[in-house]
Amino acid sequence: MATVTFKGATRIYPGSDHPAVDSLDLEIGDGEFMVLVGPSGCGKSTSLRMLAGLEEVNAGKIFIGDRDVTDLPPKDRDIAMVFQNYALYPHMTVADNMGFALRMAGVPKAERDVRVMEAAKLLGLEEYLNRKPKALSGGQRQRVAMGRAIVRQPQVFLMDEPLSNLDAKLRVSTRTQIAALQQRLGVTTVYVTHDQIEAMTMGHRVAVMKDGILQQVDSPLSLYDKPNNLFVAGFIGSPAMNLMEGAVTEGGVRIGDYVLPVAREVLAKAPSEETLTVGIRPENLTIAEKGFDIDVDLVEELGADGYLYGTLSGLSEDEKAHAQQIVARISTRTAPQRGSSIKLAATDPATVHVFSGKTQERISG
Amino acid sequence: MPRFLSSRPDSRLIPLPWELPLAEWPTSQLVALPRGISRHVVRFIKVGSSVYAAKEVIEDMALHEFRLLSELHRAGTPAVEPLAVVTGRLSQDGEPLDPVLVTRHLQFSLPYRSLFAQGVRPETVSRLLDAMVLLLARLHLVGFMWRDVSLSNVLFLRDAGEFAAYLVDAETGEIHPHLTDGQRAHDLEIATVNLFGEFCDLEAGNMLDSSLNPQRLVDSILARYRELWAELTGAEEFADTEAFRIEKRVRRLNALGFDVAELAIETSADGNRIRIEPKVVDAGHHSRRLLRLTGLDVEENQARRLLNDLDTFRARQGSSNADEPVLAHQWLTECFQPVVEAVPKELRGKREAAQVYHEVLDYRWYASQREHREVPLLEATHGYIRDVLSELPDEKIAAAPGVIDGRELANPYDPSHGFIDEDEGPMPIDPWEDAATAEPATPTGFLDIAALRARQQDAP
Repeated sequence: MATVTFKGATRIYPGSDHPAVDSLDLEIGDGEFMVLVGPSGCGKSTSLRMLAGLEEVNAGKIFIGDRDVTDLPPKDRDIAMVFQNYALYPHMTVADNMGFALRMAGVPKAERDVRVMEAAKLLGLEEYLNRKPKALSGGQRQRVAMGRAIVRQPQVFLMDEPLSNLDAKLRVSTRTQIAALQQRLGVTTVYVTHDQIEAMTMGHRVAVMKDGILQQVDSPLSLYDKPNNLFVAGFIGSPAMNLMEGAVTEGGVRIGDYVLPVAREVLAKAPSEETLTVGIRPENLTIAEKGFDIDVDLVEELGADGYLYGTLSGLSEDEKAHAQQIVARISTRTAPQRGSSIKLAATDPATVHVFSGKTQERISG
Repeated sequence: MPRFLSSRPDSRLIPLPWELPLAEWPTSQLVALPRGISRHVVRFIKVGSSVYAAKEVIEDMALHEFRLLSELHRAGTPAVEPLAVVTGRLSQDGEPLDPVLVTRHLQFSLPYRSLFAQGVRPETVSRLLDAMVLLLARLHLVGFMWRDVSLSNVLFLRDAGEFAAYLVDAETGEIHPHLTDGQRAHDLEIATVNLFGEFCDLEAGNMLDSSLNPQRLVDSILARYRELWAELTGAEEFADTEAFRIEKRVRRLNALGFDVAELAIETSADGNRIRIEPKVVDAGHHSRRLLRLTGLDVEENQARRLLNDLDTFRARQGSSNADEPVLAHQWLTECFQPVVEAVPKELRGKREAAQVYHEVLDYRWYASQREHREVPLLEATHGYIRDVLSELPDEKIAAAPGVIDGRELANPYDPSHGFIDEDEGPMPIDPWEDAATAEPATPTGFLDIAALRARQQDAP
């Protein structure tokens, strides 16, 4: 087991004028489950592949433990790409399907058997070891594939969108199983996904990337509760955080006719800015007597709670076309009608996130 | 209603039973052809007189693979031809079904499992690996990182005395402008692990000649690849007195079947040293030339053999100065076509025309040696048809071996189901499967932040 460290790691593709990954600094703890997440082209896969040795590192260094692996070929890095080959061989037993790569690596039979048995116990596959794989379900096949990586006992597991070719049902159960297994094995794991829900539910920490630049690395809850900048605020959370731009006035930020209260010391952090962006998560909005006006487009009921979707009132047609939809989590017992007008306010001023319009950085505490 | 994405629409696809999962298609729509193992449901389907391969796979992957195969096809890389992606499938009770990727079945192709089921001599295995390595190098030259390099993902075609390999599964592939050394090394590592697994599987199924050792077989892949790659791309430096080495390098590349489209030549500041490096090489040196001369579109080694025969023909005519295209046309009508046309219709499914011609030339050489006379071409052709061809199995659409090593396959359409006599009793109880069933059927699309907070509080 080992730590993983990116130090200013940079990848510039030939012919490109800006880096695919721009001086990435990231320290991953021993046994940590780190998820790299971001939209397509953000550099998450490239980062993982630099660690795997598939992409050249044009500047900076990468360490596994104390070992500088920057220029090592992939096979000398003591890493395992999980799920990269999961064809099961019909004439071989489940045990041989899990352990054949050890045979290739010259591991003696007795040790192979021990390692395969240990992995099978972890994966709940002991009873299947002497059977042929033909009757295994999709989920069981996934577990045999995980077993192949586990028996190798690498220092680091790498997973590059491992669930992307599974159907929705298998994706959810495999997600849970991978997270539970990683917890028990305690092997440092770097996991890449474009799906922020997957990232938030699986990772000990999550690194959010955009345009080759690391935006924030934090625990899922910290990312959710204290996003560093507008991008992270909008990317993490589903439904997404409501982001509204408004003029700075005495005591707050003006949204329509309503002044959303913002503490003086927060406003003081951006003294030269006339407008700021405020963000409120859907569950932190409530229907109130005083608040910003909303035209209700839709109420989606999900049991006792539901989501209200609307747009800010009083916008011109042109503004409406570009306006972000406002989403609020509400109790369906008091749900307003579609087409009606209501007022929304923050449940607690502490839940209002404030961002500089200039730097897009968070200025609220 | 299913939707068809296609670059070459085939209306005969429309009435097929898309509302059924592929595994449940009526056997009247299917052809049992030999094939490798796949993690998806794959079936060969009959569409009029054509045979297509159909693979059930999630939408993103189906579209990704369709586009990649199209691109490889356009680049002239040996890969199966994609025909369509069928999306929007619904079962009879309205449940969505995964899309199906449809590709054209490669006629006369041989999956490794069917070759091995018939018994394969050690030298043949070596030729198969050569074909596999050449395919991998060609894919790497065009910037294709395959990631799932395996025998199961390749089809072999007879190519004179050798084999030609075609890519059939591009699911995990990616096209880059240029592959790094690490990306190529990664593909090679996957290749060795996968092929080792496949050889072990053949060994476990009693299909691998006992003189062959899986470890030694995969070790040789690395050596073969490195040697080929160095020849195709490596720089060479020599003294200016050895300038003939430029020509020599080009000839070596031609002999390997490559044309040099760009060769970088640099001289040192003092002019005493020359450095050459092939920048762009294109496969198909012989097949392109044969195509240009005769219109015959055949594999590389077949083309080499036919061109040699064409040279011999020219020498015999004593007309080395004659116009090459005119001579080629004469050869085509006087040698090639009579041989091909001599094959009775019912035997034409056994070998491709160019392969027949190659085998007739071999037959004639041995017959001439044996009989101490020059056996005429047509006489040799009739001898070959009588002694060799009529005894061979059909390979145009080879029947799947329903029985391997005396044991019957559980499902002739899918070798991954194992043998019928392998009854292992009821499946053990699996608590993991039960837990998985308890998960919500589909992701809700909402981030359950309350559950996340609760979990955080429970954590030590």
